[in-house]
Amino acid sequence: MHDLSWRPGAAAARDHRARLNAGLRAFFSDQGVLEVETPLLSAGAPQDPAIESWRACAPDGVSGYLQTSPEYPMKRLLADGSGDIYQMARVFRGGEQGHRHNPEFTLLEWYRLGYDHHRLMDELVGLVHTVAALDPRWHRPGGGVRRLPYCDLFREALDLDPLSCTTDDCAAAAADAGLDLTGRLDRDAWLDALMSLVLAPRFPSDRLTLVFDYPESQAVLARPSEASPGCASRFELYWGDLELANGFHELTDPAIFLARRKQDRERRAREGQALPDIDAFFAAAMTSGLPDCAGVALGVDRLLMCLLGTRDIATVIDFPWGRA
Amino acid sequence: MATYSTSEFRGGLKILLDGDPQVIVENEFVKPGKGQAFNRVRLRNLRTGRVLEKTFKSGETVEAADVMDTDMQYLYTDGEFWHFMVPSSFEQYAMSQAALGDSAQWLKEQDVCVVTLWNGEPLSVTPPNFVELKIVQCDPGVRGDTAQGGTKPATLETGAVVKVPLFVEEGETVKVDTRSGEYVSRV
Repeated sequence: MHDLSWRPGAAAARDHRARLNAGLRAFFSDQGVLEVETPLLSAGAPQDPAIESWRACAPDGVSGYLQTSPEYPMKRLLADGSGDIYQMARVFRGGEQGHRHNPEFTLLEWYRLGYDHHRLMDELVGLVHTVAALDPRWHRPGGGVRRLPYCDLFREALDLDPLSCTTDDCAAAAADAGLDLTGRLDRDAWLDALMSLVLAPRFPSDRLTLVFDYPESQAVLARPSEASPGCASRFELYWGDLELANGFHELTDPAIFLARRKQDRERRAREGQALPDIDAFFAAAMTSGLPDCAGVALGVDRLLMCLLGTRDIATVIDFPWGRA
Repeated sequence: MATYSTSEFRGGLKILLDGDPQVIVENEFVKPGKGQAFNRVRLRNLRTGRVLEKTFKSGETVEAADVMDTDMQYLYTDGEFWHFMVPSSFEQYAMSQAALGDSAQWLKEQDVCVVTLWNGEPLSVTPPNFVELKIVQCDPGVRGDTAQGGTKPATLETGAVVKVPLFVEEGETVKVDTRSGEYVSRV
């Protein structure tokens, strides 16, 4: 037997990926959004409790972090007056591997000045429909987008108020749904479990679903919502049960940013997670002033999976981790 | 005590859960982009055969099950216990009917099976994929009917009942696939 592990594994998807990339770039070119490039390797990293940065070390002892998203440097561009920008970025996340995850993947991230998250959701849906129409072989999402607030989704489907429920309430809702879960979870982790393992699997399989206004405890870098008290202006796009994109009406208040970062860091310390170095340039840019804007990051490999109707990310990546 | 973290989960891994040894049949990594990661796992209980689905918070650890597959020769049954021997060491193990389950019906003396040991105690037996057994009872054969699809039940020397083609006769030896319980050919 010859060793065949050298062979790329996504030959059938290769020309589709090239066509999709070209279609995405054409979309932004038509909209007058500027393509930018930012470094893969940075001195600091985000402190998100559930995202692990890869550390890269040079032989001389100099080390940095591979980006988990291009968000920080892109926001530095925005703060510098770049105007609307987008990027197709390779990003890296530690410990994420499965049928829907590869530790290295492609994010399409873009920012629109003066947009709020609702206007950006409209554009995001428009982008998916536009590129899906580029090739007659591709799946297209069914007509009509389900679009609802995070809290409504939980109240309607599980009779659970995500803002006031206890972990016991969440555990009971999970048990009702037949979810047998091991491990100590805080409320947000329970809400994640219910979202990923109970609610998303019930989304209509051929449709787009937009969930918006997440609990403030899951705000990340979204600004507090005016329409939904206790929530932040964050949204996610699903195609069927697959999470495709995450976006914000961006937080511009540096004080809130610093407070959340401190909280995240304390949480990481409490859980015994690595504490990456802080990105001081980004904090300084936030303080200098981020313009009012909305931004979103879309998983390009996953979009390609949906267009091709495949359930395994390894079928759209020639060299997935393990064979890279 | 050996343990496994969820990041080591993969098909075939044997873990101890709820006091029973279980084998991971399927492991799926589930994680919202910004949120908590989980491992959704399908497990088969090696003692009861029951399959269940369980979700672990990623990063949790579980105890490894000291489970080992060993080739053994089936020796005989005394009516209460079935006796097996490791050919290389002559070490003998006895199993009850309850532990044997459906495997008992395929066991012929001298055949080599895979005995699964848990903490050194036999847990289950996997008979050879194919066994050759003599028919001790079936209806008379239908002469000339060698190609038609009809079947009839035949009782084999071990007590198993399999469907055989109409032309097969009592006293003949047949080859059976123990995984499906289906007749393969005459021997």
